[in-house]
Order: sequence, then structure tokens, then C-alpha cells
Amino acid sequence: MNPQPGHRDVVGWLNATFRHWSLLPAVVLFALLTVFPVINLFRMSVSTIVFKGNADFWSFTPRRNWDALLSDPSLGAAVVNTLIFVVVAVTVEMILGLGLALLVGSMTRGKGLMRTIMIVPILVPPVAIGSMFKLMYNYDFGLFNQLLALVGIGPVSWLGSTSMALWSVIIVDIWHWVPFVFLILFAAVEGLPREVLEAGRVDGANRWQLLRRVTLPLLMPAITVALLFRAILAFKAFDEVYLLTGGGPGTASEIVSLHLYRIFFEQNQLGYGALLSVLTILAVLTLLGIGRRLTSGLRTN
Amino acid sequence: MSVQSAADATASLRSGGAALSAATRARLFGWMMIALALVVVVGPFLWILMNSFKDQISILSGAWVFKPTLDNYADVLLSRRSDFVHALYTSLIVAAVSTVIVLIIATLAAYSLYRFRWARWVVAGFLGWTIAFHVIPVITLVGPWYLTFRELGLYDTRTALVLTHVAINLPIAVWLMMSFFKALPPEIEEAALVDGCHPLSAFWRVTLPLVIPGLIATGVLSFIFSWNDFTIALNLTSQANATVPVVVSKFANDYEVLHSQMAAASILATLPALLLMFLGQRFIVQGLTMGSVK
Repeated sequence: MNPQPGHRDVVGWLNATFRHWSLLPAVVLFALLTVFPVINLFRMSVSTIVFKGNADFWSFTPRRNWDALLSDPSLGAAVVNTLIFVVVAVTVEMILGLGLALLVGSMTRGKGLMRTIMIVPILVPPVAIGSMFKLMYNYDFGLFNQLLALVGIGPVSWLGSTSMALWSVIIVDIWHWVPFVFLILFAAVEGLPREVLEAGRVDGANRWQLLRRVTLPLLMPAITVALLFRAILAFKAFDEVYLLTGGGPGTASEIVSLHLYRIFFEQNQLGYGALLSVLTILAVLTLLGIGRRLTSGLRTN
Repeated sequence: MSVQSAADATASLRSGGAALSAATRARLFGWMMIALALVVVVGPFLWILMNSFKDQISILSGAWVFKPTLDNYADVLLSRRSDFVHALYTSLIVAAVSTVIVLIIATLAAYSLYRFRWARWVVAGFLGWTIAFHVIPVITLVGPWYLTFRELGLYDTRTALVLTHVAINLPIAVWLMMSFFKALPPEIEEAALVDGCHPLSAFWRVTLPLVIPGLIATGVLSFIFSWNDFTIALNLTSQANATVPVVVSKFANDYEVLHSQMAAASILATLPALLLMFLGQRFIVQGLTMGSVK
């Protein structure tokens, strides 16, 4: 310890105020980098912002941004595509993730290996996933069309046709996030009380009854959490879609996050972009609120 | 395998050849499904790895037999027209610095919320805001970030990336560290305080060493998520401070798609995450599942 009195004062002060300064950096950082931008979004959403050189000029034009919103020709497609994307991808992810978790949970060996491998897709850069699938989806030499050719099905234009593009993007999201659902549900499966399952078996329940009456009800909290998480985070999808289709062809795979990028950074409409951002945030938070209400209801039951 | 057990095995095979028992059939089905899942998850990586060693002609012809070449890697890493090495450097610095800052801020905040009796509204408000911020799409905030950083002269700087990456990784880091603190028995620290330890040294000397696994998990995840970020880096930087994902996306979206380089660059971009993952695997599984359930 440093014997200087000044040093001791500092340490004493740090000790006395530890409680307060320990939380302070996080609060300040959040205030500056998240609260302030959200407030700024509201300001931007009623303004028109023009850049001249390095400076930006704001004018108060609330009607203009709403008009832009209402007359946006591809917004409707983006919203519909996003809903299809979220509902289909999340449903499939939940079913496959749950099935896989139950299957691996019933295994006697190989659980560790399975878990290791299933982490990989979650941690790989989404951009790398996008490029991987871009190659595999390639019309002329991609893996998918090569495999289809083996069974005699003609080449499919995975990314280039309006009827397939959204589905191709959904397939990538499913590949990316089934492992996440699996990891959550597998942890829950491993935590199931053995005695209860054993008791059910002794009472003469068959596998199906055991699954429906005992296992699934016990897993319900974990299933709900996984569903809530995926349903909300699916709205964040951006990287892969940007890389694979860029929302095209036309607006066939345009989703809201990609549309926002286009408005902000390709069309430079910061006001309208902010308005759409505010609405997106409100929609996601409403969903979160409903989800939390549902899960807390589940817990009290 | 002993002769006896081999004989048993053939006997059981023979008896089950016509009608496998239901349990065996279920297990066989299970193994097949799991094998399929593994092929689906690992297959794309292997295929892209294979393609990264092909020359452009072998790629375009979809060949399965070809003469492997390292040209693609050399082109990505060494050629003058590639920004990859510079991007590696940028990504490494941004990920490392933001991870250190996240660890310090999140650990202190998590400890504060866990240890000190904050009013309920403070805890609920803080955690509620982290959840809200975590779920809203990042792209909605990139617009206002862009404006502010432009005004501050921070557009296209590593500082802007570090700051925003700290912000996006802070929620998960705080939840993770809180769950690790909560898992500690409170008696240990109480004993230290009773023995005359100051609050600060109780935290530093007693509690912190006990959550080192938590620090590793949080650090690895926050490094990887910073490394992987594309949405922010794409919009807050131009060429000078492009990160690895931004450069990889250029290979894919350029005027002429450079398939072989794209494959090699994707593999290279994936390596750091894989490396860290296998080093800190034990802690990460705990971290990923805890962070998502809590």
C-alpha cells in the first residue's frame, strides 16, 4: 500500500462512493449512445435534413415525412415480407430446435459434440454465412442445384426469381438460428427432473403420452422464452438479406430493416427514415410487452 | 471387442434383422436425424472450404475433382487491390478495445446492481432499458448515430465503431455478469467484509477472481459480436476504416462477383470466431444459454 495520505484519501473516497460510481459509467454510456439517439430519432422524424458540405440543415416538416410514408411504393411489400419472414422462419426454427433438443436429450453419448457444433452457426459472422449461401445458391454451379440435378430436377433460380427469393432468405435464417433454439431448449431438457419422468413411466405412460403430458408442459417456460426471443430478434435480420438478394428481385425479398437502410443511406431521406424507425421500434416494443405479459401469465399459472 | 461380445452382437443383429425392436428402431432413427443435422450444419462450411481452394474455372464448372491452389488466399491477403489486411487490423483493434471497455463497464454495473441495494425502479429501469435496446433493430439507430458522429467529426473513425460496439454489447454483458455474480454464495464476501476488508478490495480481491469464467465468457462473446458486426460498420465507415465483414461483402456485391476470393475471405473472416470459440467453449455455452434465458 502506498503510504502517502493523498492516496489514502482517494481510496477512502472511492470506497465510500463505490456504490454510486460503479453504476455510473454504464448509465452515462447508455444515455449518450442509446437514449440520446432515440430522442434524436423523434426530432428527426418531424424534420427534413439536408446536407451542404459538412454541415446539416434541419427544417420542421412533420407532414412531409408522413406523406413520404404513405406514398412509399415498396413499404407495403417490406412489411408483408417481414411478417412472412418472421412467422415462417420462427415457426420452423421452433419445431426443428425442439425436436432436435428432445432427440439429443435422449441420447446417451455425443451430447457434448452436438452442443459444440451447434454453437458454430451462432458465432460465425453473418456476412460469411451470407457469402456461403450465395455460392451454394448459385444458379450455374451452386451446391443446391448440383444436388437437385442428381435427382433430375432442373436448376432453380434461388435468388433471382421473385417466387423463390424470400424463401431462400428464410432458409438461411432457419439454418442460422435453429441451433440457438436448440441450445436453449437442450439446456431445459437436460434440467428436467428425472424422478417425474420416471414416475410417469412407472405409471405405464407410453412415449407419446409422456411427451405430451409431462415433458412438454415442463418445457413450456423455456419454449416460451425461446419463441419470444426469436420472434423479436428475427426483426433484426439484415446482413444475410443484404448480401444474398439486397431485397430483390424488385421488392420480392425486401424486409423492413433493409428498407430502412435504403431510405437512410441510399435515398438520404433521414426524416422519413427516422419516422419509419420510430414506428418499427414501437412495433417491436409492443411485441415485447405482449410477450412479457404472456410469459408472466404463464409463470403464475 | 472380445469374441464373446462380437458373437452377441451378430446374434442380436440376426434376431433383429427381420423385426428390430421398437426401442432400437427409435434409437436408429434418432442417430440418423442427428447425423443429418450435423451434415446440414457442417456441410456448408466444408463446401465453402473446398471452393476456397479452387481456381475460378473449377468453381464455375462446379468441379468436385480439381487441383487445389492457394491463389485465392494469396489474392485476398497479399494483392494490392485487396483491403483485407487493413480490415483485419481495424477489426482486431475495434473488437479488442471495445471488449475491454465492455468488460470494465458491464462488470462494475452488474456488480453494483447485484451487490448494493438500489431502489427497485433503478434496477427495473436499467435492466428494462437494456432489454428494450437489445431487441430494437440496430439499423434504426444507425441513422441518428451517423448524424451525431458526422457533427462530431467521428464519422469513419475507429472511435465511432468502438463506442457503438460497446453500446450494442453492453446489455448481454451486464446480464451475463449479473448471472455469474448471482451464482456466488454471498457468505464469501460477507466474511471478507466482517474481517475488515473495504468494499472495493472485497470486490477486487475476493469476488472478481471468482467470476473469471464469467469474464472469459463475456469477453469472448463480446469480441465475437464486435468482430461480426456488419450493419454498423457498413454505414459508419467508408473505405479507410472498413472492417472485415464490410470487405467480405464487397467481394460478394462488387460489379463482378469474385467467387473464389469471396470463399477464401469468408473462411478467413470465420477463423477468429472459431478459434476463440474452441478456446473458451465451456464458458460460452453457459454464457449463451444463460444470457438468453435470463
